[in-house]
Amino acid sequence: MSRQTSRLDAKKVNSELLTLTYGALVSQMLKETENVEDVNKQLERIGYNMGVRLIEDFLARTTSNRCLEMRETADKIQQAFKLYLSMQPTVTSWSSSGDEFSLVWDQCPLSEWVEMPNNGLKYCALIPGAIRGALQMVQLDVQCWFVQDQLKGDAVTELRVKYIKRLEDAVPAGED
Amino acid sequence: MSSSRSKSSILDKPLSKGKGEVSLALYALLFSEIVQYCQNRSHSIQELQNKLSEIGQDVGTRLLDLYFVRERNSKREIKLLNMLLFVKSTLWKVLFGKEADKLEHANDDEKTYYIIEKDALINKFISVPKDKGSLNCATFNAGIIEAVLTKGGFPAKVTAHWHKGTTYMVKFDDSVITRDKSLDDR
Repeated sequence: MSRQTSRLDAKKVNSELLTLTYGALVSQMLKETENVEDVNKQLERIGYNMGVRLIEDFLARTTSNRCLEMRETADKIQQAFKLYLSMQPTVTSWSSSGDEFSLVWDQCPLSEWVEMPNNGLKYCALIPGAIRGALQMVQLDVQCWFVQDQLKGDAVTELRVKYIKRLEDAVPAGED
Repeated sequence: MSSSRSKSSILDKPLSKGKGEVSLALYALLFSEIVQYCQNRSHSIQELQNKLSEIGQDVGTRLLDLYFVRERNSKREIKLLNMLLFVKSTLWKVLFGKEADKLEHANDDEKTYYIIEKDALINKFISVPKDKGSLNCATFNAGIIEAVLTKGGFPAKVTAHWHKGTTYMVKFDDSVITRDKSLDDR
């Protein structure tokens, strides 16, 4: 019988496993898909699917209440980054109307060890997808896009999140 | 694209200590998406498993050097048994937080070894549909093992099976066994 000493918390995995698995997926997609735009879209879609399911886990774990304004939502998103990716992006650059903000980070387990091809790939497209999916499940329609990307030579990665509208009726999961 | 490409390449950065952790829920969801992605692109269970193994091999290739440099002071294994123990213990421990449960040698075939794991982390949240009974998504792990062994100089084929949990069947190339014997004789 072997020893079963566990170094990791049962609810955690080694971040390198995530880094490499995600990297392997992206490179597999690039191999199988001709068009980089399609890869970006697929990654966003995968993130969306994950977000749709992650939100439940998030609500169960944090017992969060409904957010009344975007500032609260931004805090929750920040908290989710900490919970799921063990990273802490800064929330900044609020628009004057308070419906648009940026998440800025300089380190992310998804993009460790990545060297980018020069072809317009949005390597981390998973993240905006996940935010969109998760917020849609709490009746918030948002738009997310990258303003700066470290992998493309910028000093930090900046993800812009913009509130579009409140969804009145909950859309069934998994449908566009 | 941009003229200001990042100045420091990944080789200029210090090697991470590998102590970072992320949520299992997130990883499980990502893995489930990977399985779905592969499934959408395959017509048979075999094809799906091949794809999962291929992605696993991509991961394994990158782990091999990383772990030998970091966990073993850059010393590679040259003996077959030690290499297998490296996979069972070091690799599994660092990657999944626990060692694989058992390492066995087939009675009737000296080329074949089994690495047995009762609960593969990767299968934790996966329920296999009845009509796909033979599918084992831990084929992904088998791919990792295959790449680590093969790229480490021990060419082998590794497959995952449902037996005492998950059993990874490692079939080495004849050349590996011959070489290992000649090392013994010296």
